[in-house]
Amino acid sequence: MEFLRPSDWAEALAAKAAHPDAVPIAGGTDVMVDLNFDRSRPAALLDLTRVPTLDDWGTDGDLLRIGAGVTYRRLIDELAGRVPGLALASRTVGSPQIRNRATVGGNLGSASPAGDAHPALLAAGALVELASTRGTRRVPVTEYFVGPKRSVKTPDELIAAFLVPARPGAEQFAKVGTRNAMVIAVCSFALSLDPETHAVGTGIGSAGPTPLRATEAADFLAAELPWETRGPVPAAMANRFGDLVGAAARPIDDVRGSADYRRHALAVLARRTLAWAWTDLGGAA
Amino acid sequence: MSTLTREPTTVADGVGTSAPRPDGILKVSGEFAYSSDLWADEMLWGATVRSPHPSAEVRAIDITGALAVPGVYAVLTADDVPGAKRYGLEVVDQPVLAVDEVRYEGEPVALVAADHPETARRAAARIKVEYAVRAPVTDPEEALSRGDLVRHVPVHRFASAGGDALTADVVVTGTYEVGMQDQAFLGPESGLAVPAEDGGVDLFVATQWLHVDQKQVAACLGLPPELVRLRLAGVGGAFGAREDLSMQVHASLLALHTGKPVKMVYGREESFFGHVHRHPARLEYEHGADRSGKLVYVKARIVLDGGAYTSSTPAVVANAATLGVGPYDVPTVVVDAYGVYTNNPPCGAMRGFGAVQACFAYESQMDKLAAAIGVDPVEVRRRNAMTTGSVMPTGQIVSGPAPVDELLALVRDRPLPPAATGDPRERPGGVANTTRGEAVVRGVGYAIGIKNVCFSEGFDDFSTARVRLSVLGGEPAVLVHTAAAEVGQGLVTVQAQIARTELGVSRVTVATADTSVGSAGSSSASRQTYMTGGAVRAACQAVRATVLARVGRTDALSLVDGKVVASDGSVVASLVDLLGEGDVEEIVEWRHKPTRPLDPETGQGDAHVQYAFAAHRAVVDVDTELGLVRVVEIATAQDVGKAVNPQAVVGQIQGGTAQGLGLAVMEEIQVVDGVIRNPSFTDYLIPTILDMPPMEVDVLERGDPDAPYGLRGVGEPPTISSTPAVVAAIRAATGLALTRVPVRPDHIALAP
Repeated sequence: MEFLRPSDWAEALAAKAAHPDAVPIAGGTDVMVDLNFDRSRPAALLDLTRVPTLDDWGTDGDLLRIGAGVTYRRLIDELAGRVPGLALASRTVGSPQIRNRATVGGNLGSASPAGDAHPALLAAGALVELASTRGTRRVPVTEYFVGPKRSVKTPDELIAAFLVPARPGAEQFAKVGTRNAMVIAVCSFALSLDPETHAVGTGIGSAGPTPLRATEAADFLAAELPWETRGPVPAAMANRFGDLVGAAARPIDDVRGSADYRRHALAVLARRTLAWAWTDLGGAA
Repeated sequence: MSTLTREPTTVADGVGTSAPRPDGILKVSGEFAYSSDLWADEMLWGATVRSPHPSAEVRAIDITGALAVPGVYAVLTADDVPGAKRYGLEVVDQPVLAVDEVRYEGEPVALVAADHPETARRAAARIKVEYAVRAPVTDPEEALSRGDLVRHVPVHRFASAGGDALTADVVVTGTYEVGMQDQAFLGPESGLAVPAEDGGVDLFVATQWLHVDQKQVAACLGLPPELVRLRLAGVGGAFGAREDLSMQVHASLLALHTGKPVKMVYGREESFFGHVHRHPARLEYEHGADRSGKLVYVKARIVLDGGAYTSSTPAVVANAATLGVGPYDVPTVVVDAYGVYTNNPPCGAMRGFGAVQACFAYESQMDKLAAAIGVDPVEVRRRNAMTTGSVMPTGQIVSGPAPVDELLALVRDRPLPPAATGDPRERPGGVANTTRGEAVVRGVGYAIGIKNVCFSEGFDDFSTARVRLSVLGGEPAVLVHTAAAEVGQGLVTVQAQIARTELGVSRVTVATADTSVGSAGSSSASRQTYMTGGAVRAACQAVRATVLARVGRTDALSLVDGKVVASDGSVVASLVDLLGEGDVEEIVEWRHKPTRPLDPETGQGDAHVQYAFAAHRAVVDVDTELGLVRVVEIATAQDVGKAVNPQAVVGQIQGGTAQGLGLAVMEEIQVVDGVIRNPSFTDYLIPTILDMPPMEVDVLERGDPDAPYGLRGVGEPPTISSTPAVVAAIRAATGLALTRVPVRPDHIALAP
């Protein structure tokens, strides 16, 4: 197995172009598990830990651009106010040791339907910045996932960063697991309410072949919420929203939970996160 | 927090003190050498080919592909096993390597030794096994109806001669299920076999009972036992999972075949196939009582799935049957427990051993009875609590202390924990932000259990200790040598404490356990402090008698701080001087009081040595909409007779309670059609620090006059009653029946 160690971003892109089957590795919390279990045996590993710019973050116009190599620990410590939904999701990733190493770039690279970052990125309307020696493109995360552990990323591309609105609305994230820490999601839900545009963003994790949006639920809520008065959300509206979120999921029965439970739990999470996000916006409880 | 009252001890780090573990710092700092850390020059690595099918004929095995891999030294199948082709703890039925058929997923079929573990694994993957797959039998009831019975233990006892009609004013019934729990030790099966010049083998291995391994390995190798020498390697947890053989014969075969040391280490996934698990069970119970809640009769039918081979199923069945009504006085008992063969993973020993499954059922029934007669759950238990002199369903009289009522009162009278503070870590769902109080309901539940200590049913249960008193560097020093396995429980500490107390010598070394001394029996059945502690004490007493005889006086003398002291406190001699005549060494084989077999028709007989009791109170917060549970606090009270090492006792109580909590809310090997679906720590979940709450521990010391220092086995009772206590608390919070463990979120959230 070749071990490629580029020292800057240009070298990294060149290496990926020359070795399109190389598996990029940053925190290694996913890649190394697969290697240890002999589930994959890549021809080469592309070590991104020496690329200096990959763990930078800063504003880019109306957007916040966060390097793919920023760890969950730093998202929690440095960026909780700017990416509140993603920070909530970050707190549920693995153990403290895992959060010290694991990155959103790795989550996007694996593109698992259970990736904890994905629902929050979907709800926030994030862009994924993909780069190669051919150039750089920004793909809406809503178009990024194409199947279980598959994305639109081409073999010569690396994930450079992700971008979210610099001024977030009210964001919430909640995840159900069968123990109280260090657990893969049975299902998860993220919600974003933008008080200026009256846009609603949603994200569903671990309840379909890819991370999903609940578009019908989001459209319903965007149209019905009492944005101007900030009055209380009627119970019927919250219930309808929850039911639509549950219906948007495409879950299966597996060792972690049943499809019926996942739909049920998503409806509960949708109602609860709606109440919390609405309160965050100053809405009546 | 724990409370413990006892008399002061005069010997530093002696019996009754929390003497520190000799291996404690090494383990905490990561320097302790576990069996997976063993190394020998020129050693090879073994790998195992396992069946992917729960049931199949083995038509042919083609090893040519594996032999062609450079670096491979040997590929072995059943034909290469020189001695007995099968082994087993109680019944010799499990093939060393598959003979013509496989009966469970993961059954070993072939072995490879190579100069690198990766090479061995790759070569193993090139072995072609031709299977004719059969439909597996996976339903225990179907197995029972087919006659695939391991053992049926009836325990029938009637209040009046001729049998009673089972009638009572109040009758409650229930059917309960217990899922397959794994011991989930952290140190996977591993060891190193080194071929010896005399044609034998030296085997360094993590195990629970060196001599029973030695006997089985020697038989399979076709060697006399003295040519198979075992030495205990660092054990990373056991909990029953190391009672059966795993890689012992395999590594020895490869070592003798290649003439080189062979190391084998299972990976985490392989480990789930490499040891037996806790028996899944289905338990049908009927309790009859009078209107005050006093039990009149208990009728039960218990079916335990033993899986593909016998392992220790016969003893597990006997425990479930004989302990099947719990620590209660029950005039009439009709319990029938069955163990069956299926094509599911083999099940055998795990902490609690048959008593765990029964306790979940009978304690659930006691709560039902309490509800039926309208008293609180603790009260109905206290009205039926057994005491010293009570008669077990086997007819055995409980001779030692049985403070059941007191243990229940202790956990009931503990102050309840305060309401949650709002810290997200205290919520059901933990930091995953699933609730901020919505739908969270608190519940409190109680349970108490009973466990037999030591081996039962007439088994010749003994332990051997060799104790040598000598002078080292001008000071008296003691060497304690036994074959008892230190599996993390602290036996190595306890042996030294006993020697210090008995011989008045502070400098004590406990030799590594091996088979050059007589058997100590297994580190199981909560028996080692009782048995090997008893053997070490007896050997020390023999050493003391010999050395005091050298003084040549007839009055009472004692050993204090390396000196011989008369009853008036005057120093008569120094040990160093007395030992000038030579070292003193004694070897003692020590037995507990004999037990009797159970009558095969009625289950009557004095089958057990000692009974141990623990009570738990669990407080839980349940998110009733999502079905998520946070155990807020567990209070427990346990009678340990004598806390030989109080810190170790509390450690056992906390660890055992955590294991019972795991069974209550998360731990299950999910088996579908004989296939394990979650053989990983990603999907076989065990409690984390956010799942296991603070504990309030009361340790009682009601000495048992039959036991060394009055002690009572400690390891298993905490695991037994914590499961039903947690489930009772969830029931109290939800109002649901919850008849199966582990309770999963959908059992709560989607309950009809």
